[in-house]
Amino acid sequence: MPALANVALMRLTARPGLALIVGLLALLAAAIATAFLTIGARGRWDFVLAFRGTKLAAMVLVGVAVATAAVLFQTIARNRILTPSIMGFDALYGLIQTGTVFLLGARGLGFGDPRLAFAVEAGTMIVFALLLYGWLLADGRRSLHLMLLVGVVLGAIFRSLASFMGRMIDPAEFVVLQQRLFANFNAVRSDLLLPTCLAVGAVLLVVARLLPRLDVLLLGREAAIGLGVDHRRNVFLVIVLVSILVSVSTALVGPVTFLGLLVANLAYMLLPSYRHVHVLPAAALLAVVALVGGQLALERLFALDAVLPVVIEFVGGIVLIALLVRTGRR
Amino acid sequence: MIETQELTRRYDKAAVVDAVSLQLPEQAFTAIIGANGAGKSTFLAMVSRLMPASAGRAFVDGLDVATTSGDVLARRLAILRQDSAVTARVTVRDLVAFGRYPHSRGRLTAEDRAQIEDALDFLELAPLADRFLDEISGGQRQRAFVAMVLAQDTDHLLLDEPLNNLDMRHAAGMMKLLRRAVDERGRTVVAVLHDINFASCYADHIVAMRDGRVIAEGPPEVIVTPSVLEAVYGIAMEVVSVRGYRSVHYYR
Ligand SMILES: Nc1ncnc2c1ncn2[C@@H]1O[C@H](COP(=O)(O)OP(=O)(O)OP(=O)(O)O)[C@@H](O)[C@H]1O
Ligand SMILES: [Mg+2]
Repeated sequence: MPALANVALMRLTARPGLALIVGLLALLAAAIATAFLTIGARGRWDFVLAFRGTKLAAMVLVGVAVATAAVLFQTIARNRILTPSIMGFDALYGLIQTGTVFLLGARGLGFGDPRLAFAVEAGTMIVFALLLYGWLLADGRRSLHLMLLVGVVLGAIFRSLASFMGRMIDPAEFVVLQQRLFANFNAVRSDLLLPTCLAVGAVLLVVARLLPRLDVLLLGREAAIGLGVDHRRNVFLVIVLVSILVSVSTALVGPVTFLGLLVANLAYMLLPSYRHVHVLPAAALLAVVALVGGQLALERLFALDAVLPVVIEFVGGIVLIALLVRTGRR
Repeated sequence: MIETQELTRRYDKAAVVDAVSLQLPEQAFTAIIGANGAGKSTFLAMVSRLMPASAGRAFVDGLDVATTSGDVLARRLAILRQDSAVTARVTVRDLVAFGRYPHSRGRLTAEDRAQIEDALDFLELAPLADRFLDEISGGQRQRAFVAMVLAQDTDHLLLDEPLNNLDMRHAAGMMKLLRRAVDERGRTVVAVLHDINFASCYADHIVAMRDGRVIAEGPPEVIVTPSVLEAVYGIAMEVVSVRGYRSVHYYR
């Protein structure tokens, strides 16, 4: 009977434990956000808050988008190492942007309504991602090696195509383009905040309805079909969602999707649950903490404010390797 | 009712399941036997819509599996694969709970929970329920997957080698459990079995496959005979009768 009592106890405490972890993360994120808005503020508050608020909003949006994209992608790939960035998603987005400048000139980027341009780029991204990755992921039997290989090869092709086009672009236009292609939180495109916010909101609404189905997808193609989940259709839907999220984060600040690998794995390790209803919020909050906290520390402690992406990749890489080695040993 | 009409699967022209037309008896235990590569798994995978047929059709309760929506079928038919690999880090209870998905869509009711505990008890998994799948033995994992199939609570159970990895006690226990599902709950069970003696002792009906075709079907008295079994497996067999059941000796 003690065993039974133990089981009962474990099941009782399991849920509050998860809620507690997610709650604490939310508090931490809120505290860091407040600190980011207020610490060291001089001069007129309305000006400071508006300036920092824009930056904060961009970081929250990017954090949520990157983390959600990584977790969703890992679910359909059934693997915790592949992420949209390893599979070349953000390289694809960069190629689409370069292609736009190449074909239309820098006006192609700045011309007309930026919201319209964003919608067109995201749409192109969705179509190409479905064509390029749909067959790979919907099969459900592909090996990790094949997926990695395809990701690395596609990523390399996109990058070299982009740099090839970059060479042929007018230098003045190339400068404009370059600002787009490197992650930079100080050059947030505030004109895109509203449309990207709406896009992320819409994606999250869809994800909320998908939560139990995402859990089923973790079991793989055949178990999912056996349980009545249309595997192919749902994998395609997830690719569409991931494409939108990658477009959002890359359009706002440039490629930072490496962060996704880090926060997704941290969330898996932190939470004793495989369920997306727990993992997704935890990963998103961790991403916000990492981005806002990192930017805060860099700006206030080191007075360096342009190097956040570099620091995140560096620190994140080390943390990730440490985590992998540790779980490997356990 | 499970029925197939000229069900065929080809790889590069070679048919591995070749125009199989069958009507499997309702509320009965059917065993499918045959050598490695005979097409048993391919046949089950097509009937359970995990694999599209190259030609022909399969019906469950009169519903064409190729055109019926997946969630309707998931409430009528459950399938156990020959090799169920799950990479997600889930516990035994989590896995069994997935069996309730077609009914509850992830929102477990009290009835769902009762069914989950029942399935765990049936397969003697209660003490292991909170272990992760990668922390239990192969036979225990096999039982966990069968528990998930049972929790799905469907009229038709298709099981591809349910005795994989099981010791003698659990293998006999599994067969008794499937027998009870048929006798007490009126389920239709179709299982691929390599142990001809289990098929002989427990099945109502045996389907023998060879090279993608059904070469014989009927009750154990008809199938478990030296001539049929030698045609199926291509080795000499001696059939003896023990306590009224036909038993096959082929070990040396
Ligand atoms: N992807 C494939 N391409 C070509 N041939 C295949 C493929 N998959 C399976 N086969 C062939 O189909 C035949 C039937 O395979 P199946 O898995 O149905 O056999 P089985 O009767 O279940 O055998 P076992 O008892 O070993 O499980 C085999 O000869 C196999 O080699
Ligand atoms: Mg087989």
